[in-house]
Amino acid sequence: MTTSNKIATSKDLARGAVGEYQWGFHDDEAPLFIAEKGLNEGVIRAMSKMKDEPAWMLEYRLDAYQSFLEQENPKWAGSPEVLAALDFDDIHYYVRATDKDSTNWDDVPEYIKDTFDKLGIPEAEQAFLAGAGAQYDSEVVYHNIREDLAEKGVIFLGMDQALAEHPEMVRDYFGTIIPSGDNKYAALNSAVWSGGSFIYVPKGVKLDVPLQAYFRINTENMGQFERTLIIAEEGSYLHYVEGCTAPIYSSASLHSAVVEIVVKKEARVRYSTIQNWSNNVYNLVTKRAVAYEDAVMEWVDGNIGSLLTMKYPSVYLMGEGAHGEILSLAFAGDGQHQDAGGKVVHVAPNTTSAIISKSVSRGGGRSSYRGLLKVHEGASNSSSTVRCDALLLDEQSRSDTYPTMEVDEERVNIGHEASVSRLGEDQLFYLMSRGIPEEDAAKMVVNGFVEPIVKELPMEYAIELNRLIELQMEGSVG
Amino acid sequence: MSIKELSASSKTPPARNGEAAMSEPILEVRNLKVSITKLPDVQIVKGVNLTIRAGEVHALMGPNGSGKSTLASTIAGSPEYVVDSGQVLFKGEDVTAMAADARARLGMFLSFQYPTAIPGVTMVNLMREALKARRGEDIPAREFLAELRETLGTLKMDESFARRYVNDGFSGGEKKRAEILQLGMLKPELAILDETDSGLDVDALRTVSEGVNALRTPEIGILIITHYERILNYITPDFVHILVHGKIVKSGDASLAKEIETTGYDPILQELGIATEAVTA
Repeated sequence: MTTSNKIATSKDLARGAVGEYQWGFHDDEAPLFIAEKGLNEGVIRAMSKMKDEPAWMLEYRLDAYQSFLEQENPKWAGSPEVLAALDFDDIHYYVRATDKDSTNWDDVPEYIKDTFDKLGIPEAEQAFLAGAGAQYDSEVVYHNIREDLAEKGVIFLGMDQALAEHPEMVRDYFGTIIPSGDNKYAALNSAVWSGGSFIYVPKGVKLDVPLQAYFRINTENMGQFERTLIIAEEGSYLHYVEGCTAPIYSSASLHSAVVEIVVKKEARVRYSTIQNWSNNVYNLVTKRAVAYEDAVMEWVDGNIGSLLTMKYPSVYLMGEGAHGEILSLAFAGDGQHQDAGGKVVHVAPNTTSAIISKSVSRGGGRSSYRGLLKVHEGASNSSSTVRCDALLLDEQSRSDTYPTMEVDEERVNIGHEASVSRLGEDQLFYLMSRGIPEEDAAKMVVNGFVEPIVKELPMEYAIELNRLIELQMEGSVG
Repeated sequence: MSIKELSASSKTPPARNGEAAMSEPILEVRNLKVSITKLPDVQIVKGVNLTIRAGEVHALMGPNGSGKSTLASTIAGSPEYVVDSGQVLFKGEDVTAMAADARARLGMFLSFQYPTAIPGVTMVNLMREALKARRGEDIPAREFLAELRETLGTLKMDESFARRYVNDGFSGGEKKRAEILQLGMLKPELAILDETDSGLDVDALRTVSEGVNALRTPEIGILIITHYERILNYITPDFVHILVHGKIVKSGDASLAKEIETTGYDPILQELGIATEAVTA
């Protein structure tokens, strides 16, 4: 299937060319290099050599690979049978479409450019971004940042390029927030990572508009293992946005990213994700941030699509007065399991946090909230609120809540609320009594339900997210 | 318990003047019998006839549990109720089997007794979508906002009201005012006000009533459903009907409401031979 532009108009919706995944097209161009399926030390050595990496990175990869082999799938997984069906030997671990990470859109190969054009990436950059990056399969093909920000010392590069150009800085932080053996999928990423973004924001620099990276899987049975590292120096501000799509293939692809963020004293980082993977992608991601004194870290995490998502962005509040916030939104359709949530660890006193999770399930889809709230002894006068709301659109769908709380400090203030509701007949009748057709009424209720999270996104993304939800809702009523 | 059949009283009331008598009915309810969808053995409305013409205000009064709200919801197309027999005609069209949204697009409006909250959806968004559905085309933002400001002005409401989420955290009075605001924006041909006066203090009742009066035109038919007559001190009805045990047992003009104000329902019920203990308010 092909599609012409990113933002479908309401006329497109009316034409009924929807209700299916829009970004399921792929191009047939042969990649420059594609590793044989399956993973062994040879593949890792070849990758590292092709990337011309320093010796320490190869060692790091090989250590992580051992850890990956030694670890099992997590026992607590919500869909163990789906996870067990993921065949690690049936994945291409490295697919290189081009050998160049360009800062000039004109230098990007034509067929890749076509893909990103269809996704609306260059227009978005011009319209409302401070910089944009694009990754196609394993490699970043484009990274660019506004000149004035580059002059202020802001660095926005593909991770591989950053390793080549700023090896010391990368080495200082890489793997310090998420150790290579943290969990099986983080270990896998650490062994075979490729691409992702490296961002450095110097002291006191505040970015007025977001930086964006777009991740695209093109090859069937592809594993995408991007690696992102963000360092926000004292008093700086950054909003980073990532979007993801993939073609529809009959067999599974794997997306297993690692994102590490360091938010220094009085800095603030907001990381917004809108993932819209096709329904055959395993999305197993580890995201973690540390926030120091009076720093603020916010995750806005929207998960639509994928076969199975397991993702729990976390914040470690290391410095006094730090604040962490996780807004998680999941939409589970037919055959999907969104296992999402968040983790907050209060280490220092006077730290505050909030986790707000909203999930919508329809057509037999399943969503789970899985969260951790941990307060270490000594993190006195800390407070945290956790709120998770689930909306079920039909009898076949399912929602579960798995909150864990470990509180080792007495002087804390903690609140937890959870609710599960069904799309109410009274709400539908109310809207219908105003002349609004049933399906539109249902969309309104759902969009209203997710509004507290959507309103935190920049307007362009909020519109896009509402539209994605409406696409998911097609044919859900009546 | 016995209910005296009073076919004469449940007939279409006489038109007030020659002009009104000429106009086509907006609403005709013909021998309507209604049960609860989930409890099909429980019939609430047991044969109601009612005709409302353009420019007329009808008040449907009755003790609690007499079936007033059931009748209102059924006319609007609520899936909570099922029509056992009889018909609802709107502007001459049989809408008995029509879904609520289609009835509304034809020009019917129900002001709810207990309006439901829709968190995350603003009043503006709701009214814009509703108007779009009613007119069959999108309304330019500028035009919509102009209409909204004008209606808010007529109803003496603050603009910030329209930016709030529908009925979310509204007080009782705010909910009723929000209903009247929608009524003003949608300009229906039939407005059913289900216990719009309940839960309002005197000031709020006056504000809401003035709002309804401001929206009263020769084109609109209004059905006011109420337990007490006090809203009728502000909105003078042309016709008053008394509903007891699912049947209209008496119809008259505004003086009937005054009578109830003075004596309550008991004398009327006794006069009609209806057991009073069964209809205590």
